[in-house]
Amino acid sequence: MCSSTNTYVPYSMRLQKITQEAPGVKTFRLEFIDPADAARFSFKTGQFAEYSVFGEGESTFCIASPHTRTGYVECTFRQAGRVTTALSGLEEGDVVGFRGPYGNTFPIDDWKGKNLVFVAGGIALPPMRSVIWSCIDNRADYKNITIVYGAKTVDDLVYKHELDEWEQREDINLHLTVDPGGSTPDWKGRVGFVPTILAEVAPSSENTIAIVCGPPIMIKNTMPVLKQLGFSEEHIFTTLENRMKCGIGKCGRCNIGSTYVCKDGPVFTAAQLAQLPNEF
Amino acid sequence: MPILVKLLQRTSYNSLIEKLLDEFQVYAPVKKGKQVLYERIRAVHDMETDYLLPVLSAKSLVFPPVETLFTFERKKEGVDVLPVAVENLPERVLLGVRPCDARGIAILRQTFAQEPVDAIFEARFNKTILIGLSCATADEACFCGNRAGDTTGSDILLTQVSNGDYLAEIITEKGQRLVERHADLFETPTELPDKAAFVATVRGLDNVENLPALLKAAFDSKVFDQQSLACIGCGTCTYVCPVCSCFDMQDETQGSKGRRVRCWDSCGFSCFTVHTSGHNPRETQGQRWRQRVMHKFSYLPESNHTFGCVGCGRCIRSCPVKLDISQLINQIAHV
Repeated sequence: MCSSTNTYVPYSMRLQKITQEAPGVKTFRLEFIDPADAARFSFKTGQFAEYSVFGEGESTFCIASPHTRTGYVECTFRQAGRVTTALSGLEEGDVVGFRGPYGNTFPIDDWKGKNLVFVAGGIALPPMRSVIWSCIDNRADYKNITIVYGAKTVDDLVYKHELDEWEQREDINLHLTVDPGGSTPDWKGRVGFVPTILAEVAPSSENTIAIVCGPPIMIKNTMPVLKQLGFSEEHIFTTLENRMKCGIGKCGRCNIGSTYVCKDGPVFTAAQLAQLPNEF
Repeated sequence: MPILVKLLQRTSYNSLIEKLLDEFQVYAPVKKGKQVLYERIRAVHDMETDYLLPVLSAKSLVFPPVETLFTFERKKEGVDVLPVAVENLPERVLLGVRPCDARGIAILRQTFAQEPVDAIFEARFNKTILIGLSCATADEACFCGNRAGDTTGSDILLTQVSNGDYLAEIITEKGQRLVERHADLFETPTELPDKAAFVATVRGLDNVENLPALLKAAFDSKVFDQQSLACIGCGTCTYVCPVCSCFDMQDETQGSKGRRVRCWDSCGFSCFTVHTSGHNPRETQGQRWRQRVMHKFSYLPESNHTFGCVGCGRCIRSCPVKLDISQLINQIAHV
């Protein structure tokens, strides 16, 4: 996996491009410095990695780019703690440590021939964006694609250029929303919390997979809506991001019962989550 | 089952240690002030023979409290990363290790040797020969459940028999190679002494087979909150535990150079699982205490088919508020 037999040694990646997505939120495009690392590396959508600034430490984020696009990986993060503050201070051309890919994947091959409904809130779009592009890049494999995405304010919506692109495509139903009070005078999307908008959009659950990612409160309020729409727990997928250090099932902090988010997840169905102790 | 059983005379044991001191770094129980600790010895007489259990377990010899994972140097054109050279680690012999501590290392290894293999732990482990010593006595905190002569984790297990000589059970090939190199010191017994007569009888937990299921059933019980009220979240129990393996990873720098280390951590600490957002899956001390209990007696049996506790009793002896896990576990199981 990593360039050494020592599992904790990260790949060295070059920070190729920085995109300011929203206040405090950036996307990094990272490329392998050593071509041999690039040749060896592959991942599948849903997997995560440890990103580091040497001297500050590591942070856990999903790989936000799709596995259908190779030669680079992207991550999107909000500046919040020590490591993300250090990451925020980096410039294009700087070196970033990268360990991964870790964890399981969204089973998108099993979803071929089905409709997909993506429900995301705020900074939780990045893991979904990886899945969305991985599916769109093989668009013919999937039927209807519906995306319901919301953030606190218009400013807080991430990947604005890509949202425009999705909006314009006829083969994607995009529903953008902002929380009440978060709209601007020229806002053309909806106003309301994600679960409410999902209920209004009311996608059919027939032959459909739902993928949900967001803050705990959004997930909690979205599940009953999906249930009402007829989605079974086996057809609802989400990804968890517990605090982690090692990413490989040894440091002992991301577990929920005997399930390790890093090894057994981060992708779970609602049915699997229902079996876990309520400790996440 | 041992590969071989030999006898080692008391005087031959001393000769063996002298030879080992020439070949290896040797660690053994050493008296420091009033405490006995596993430390490096340079001569036979450095080794303490009158001890029940060192204050700290032998864990730190394979899983040091702070350990460099790699070093780095930040330069103008990038960062040079230098993995720690595990192949250069010295070969070591640990002497006089109690069976509970040896078993603790075996349990730790299950976690670290699982894919992806922790190469640093494995390198340290592979360069370590563990010579255990059965316990002839126990105290009221011990609760290993009659495993005072257990061979798990030892490469060679010594048990002192009636005349002061040692019964030497050779458990692994590593142990066998060591014995072969010093074959002249070991004797082949004509009649085997009754080992059981020379090892302590030690209490264990009640209802051991059913514990994982009983604890799981008690998950939502208030008992964890009640029991943890006295806990001050100091983490001492995890630091003295031979099996606790949770760690943190941190960077340390001096100018442009630095290292990434891993250091022992504790599931008892309030910030252990807190997310950057402030959300904490284990917000209360009761939840954290439950995690400790469940991990040791329910989750590890489920995933690794072993308890994450060897019954050494150190957490009982060291707890500043006198929490006794052996009593509390029995209480939870009866909820």
